[in-house]
Amino acid sequence: MSQAALQPDTQPAIVLDKVNKWFGALHVLRDVTLTVGQGERVVVCGPSGSGKSTMIRCINRLESHQEGRIVVDGTELTDDLRALDTIRREVGMVFQSFNLFPHLTILENCTLAPIWVRKMPKAEAEELAMDYLKRVKIPEQAKKYPGQLSGGQQQRVAIARALCMRPKIMLFDEPTSALDPEMIKEVLDVMIELAESGMTMVCVTHEMGFARQVADRVVFMDRGEIVEAGKPIEMFENPQTDRLKLFLSQILRGH
Amino acid sequence: MSATTHIPTEARERPPILVAGPIAWARDNLFNSWLSTAVTLALIYLIVRGIAGFLDWGVLHAVWTVPADAKGQLDPTACRDAKGIGACWAFIGDKWRFILFGRYPYDDQWRPAICVVLFIGLFVVSAMRRFWRKELGYIWLGTLVVIGILMWGGILGMPFVQQDSWGGLPMTLILATFGLALAFPLAVLVALGRRSTGLPAVRYLCVAYVELIRGVPLISVLFMASVMFPLFMPVGLNPDKLLRAQLGIILFGAAYLAEVIRGGLQALPKGQYEAADALGLTYWQKMGQIILPQALRLVIPPMVNTFIGSFKDTSLVLIIGIFDLLTTGKVALAEPIWQGYSTEVYIVLAVIYFIFCYAMSRYSRGLETEFSRTARR
Ligand SMILES: Nc1ncnc2c1ncn2[C@@H]1O[C@H](COP(=O)(O)OP(=O)(O)OP(=O)(O)O)[C@@H](O)[C@H]1O
Ligand SMILES: [Mg+2]
Repeated sequence: MSQAALQPDTQPAIVLDKVNKWFGALHVLRDVTLTVGQGERVVVCGPSGSGKSTMIRCINRLESHQEGRIVVDGTELTDDLRALDTIRREVGMVFQSFNLFPHLTILENCTLAPIWVRKMPKAEAEELAMDYLKRVKIPEQAKKYPGQLSGGQQQRVAIARALCMRPKIMLFDEPTSALDPEMIKEVLDVMIELAESGMTMVCVTHEMGFARQVADRVVFMDRGEIVEAGKPIEMFENPQTDRLKLFLSQILRGH
Repeated sequence: MSATTHIPTEARERPPILVAGPIAWARDNLFNSWLSTAVTLALIYLIVRGIAGFLDWGVLHAVWTVPADAKGQLDPTACRDAKGIGACWAFIGDKWRFILFGRYPYDDQWRPAICVVLFIGLFVVSAMRRFWRKELGYIWLGTLVVIGILMWGGILGMPFVQQDSWGGLPMTLILATFGLALAFPLAVLVALGRRSTGLPAVRYLCVAYVELIRGVPLISVLFMASVMFPLFMPVGLNPDKLLRAQLGIILFGAAYLAEVIRGGLQALPKGQYEAADALGLTYWQKMGQIILPQALRLVIPPMVNTFIGSFKDTSLVLIIGIFDLLTTGKVALAEPIWQGYSTEVYIVLAVIYFIFCYAMSRYSRGLETEFSRTARR
């Protein structure tokens, strides 16, 4: 792989520098080095267990790394809780399993963090939440509970919930892989729109169509390492490593 | 539905009562074989005999009043004659105020009576979801102050009544209310502490507390509180007996409740914690807004179970000489003319305890259905 492909042309939003992480004896991230520029859209792919989730979860410290440096939006991630608070305000995350709060309505799910973390007045937070619910095209569900919505709708709420914090960076961990095929598109459409609005995004996904359409860069991970990275077309048309070739052939067969 | 068209004609012509009514239910469940018919009949016989026997004793042959002599002294001869045949409700009629209010001065017993009403009002208000706001705390505080004023007196023309003279139902309600109201927040803290990964010292402390308390019976905790505790405290710094017993009940209840709540915390999916973290909520915001509301809903049935247990456990203060409802009942029995009517007293006490416990149980079922309706998963 070429080092140049890892260097984006804008000022960095996320810097991972020789990050290493172990789960007990299991070495899950090996010298992971990656820089994501502001407004850049990076898609991360790779076989199951390759450390994609772990890497993305290190960026907002749902997991802590043991070696190396992670700098997000100019703040380095350390044990310092105040730095962590600052970073989590600026980084939104969308999970594979939605993780909406089932005891709160859709609207309350969206207003909770702005009210408690950003100390926004309730009325203002509700207005903001309705704006974002309109953007993900489900304002009419605001008064319902998550359990009453379909998977695709729940995931769109999860995106709106993260956006209500007005984050600078959005992380997606396989946002469509828990969804029925007919619901994948409605979520991807929302994500494409978000990408076009200029949001910095790091997205773990196997949706190659999505990667082609919006990704500035695709990062391929295997066994805890970044094996190859580059523009989506180059990566898919002209894979350099055997591992990526194997992975692509499996993905294509699967679809 | 198309299925109805396939029902055979004869089935449709049958009277519906035999298909789905109570008769059909009884036939299917109680008389579906010779054996089950025999068991059913035997049980019906026993139940009818039991009820008839109780009515015979408790109503038909019961002595409701006994005559009094010129000095107002009651003559229990009628009860003595009916012993074993009929209940002596005259005894309850004579002693009910002592059973309910203990040695509280007779002419001032309207004060604890109002306190009982206030307690019940407090429970009812707290039970209603539309009052679940910050103001509820003030309502509690205000009501408890009023109850304190009524019980102690000493102002507003009410004579002062020593704590030693309190007793009966208000005492049981005081022990149970403070016991549960303070054990609950303590239990939440202990449960959270036991799961805290960042603070091992806190975790070990919570584990030690729970294991220690669970390892001993409440009776010994109460004994320790009433007998041993004063030995360790400097003279003059000795909280009174009721307060010590109350502390014992709180500490004991909290240990059990903490384990129940911990179960709820464990049952929540990890994703809920992560989503809250990812949004930047602080630890206490995450617990207060996301985790506890869900965890507590999950454990309503075992929690109410523990509540009911603690409520009844307050009666163990009998052994350290605090005049709760059970103690007053037993003391009433010690009166020379009324010795030997324990069944009557225990029936009355059981009915009072049952009313409170059954109310709790019904309420918890109501809450469960309400929550499962509003927050379907
Ligand atoms: N909390 C954990 N404790 C121990 N091992 C873990 C933990 N989380 C992940 N692992 C292990 O770390 C490795 C990387 O996991 P990770 O979830 O990052 O993979 P992934 O690339 O996201 O895979 P998938 O496509 O299946 O989501 C796997 O071998 C996994 O079993
Ligand atoms: Mg993963």
